Amino acid sequence: MGENNVRGGAADPLAARIGPAARERLRAACVGIAGAGGLGSNIAVMLARSGVGHLCIVDFDAVDESNLNRQHYFRRHVGAPKVEALADQLRAIDPEIVVDARCERVTAANARALFAGCPLVCEAFDAPEAKALLVEELLAQPDGPVVIAGNGMAGLGPADQIITRRLGRRLYLCGDGRSDVGAGQVLYAPRVALCAAQQALLALRLILGEEASEG
Amino acid sequence: MARVNGKEDPSVDGLTLAQLLDRMGFEGARVACELNGDIVPRAQFAERTLRADDALEVVRFVGGG
Repeated sequence: MGENNVRGGAADPLAARIGPAARERLRAACVGIAGAGGLGSNIAVMLARSGVGHLCIVDFDAVDESNLNRQHYFRRHVGAPKVEALADQLRAIDPEIVVDARCERVTAANARALFAGCPLVCEAFDAPEAKALLVEELLAQPDGPVVIAGNGMAGLGPADQIITRRLGRRLYLCGDGRSDVGAGQVLYAPRVALCAAQQALLALRLILGEEASEG
Repeated sequence: MARVNGKEDPSVDGLTLAQLLDRMGFEGARVACELNGDIVPRAQFAERTLRADDALEVVRFVGGG
């Protein structure tokens, strides 16, 4: 490991690109993903491609045909638990990734325990009540994680309205803050992926020290 | 006077968070409130009163993910 970057006899192409130090920091990182829908599935794929070594993904739902317009699943996954369908894809990208896939509903009672090992958690739920509950539970925890929430990515509004902003010590918000799927708007793949990409990018920035996590 | 989402507003001093959210038209179950950098648990919305030097950020979550 470390300086040599030799895995299974072949050079590590990711380490060759990003350098051994960044490669090790990413490999040692653990990111929680709450929800494996349009945001969560895309975040997970991007973090796996980037070399994040450990993902903890929680979602109670199964893949539905109606998800395929924006979520990172294929027709063959319909009916399968999302966390399992996603874990299979992530292992196909990086056979060494550790995926802690939990098919259950996140509640006020279990939120902290589910993400106990994750210094960073991406909030990727669909329902606003679920988003608010997770943010409250994790931020109220004294030594809890930094939370990167997705808020507002429905419709076909311009890409540059999707932004990332920091609020307080441990909360970041990605999205336009207002485009609500509950207000008759539909979710389209590009805008959901834009928001997911901002969440994934921020996670990488925090892991690699490009952005102060406290202050 | 207290600041709400970055704006000074003399009319909010003395309101509880629950009263303020009601005035803003926000449902308590869909918001997160950060007061002076710390999250306020929903259970305290009805008790916590805004004071002159408070800085409050109200995040209203919308659907989609």
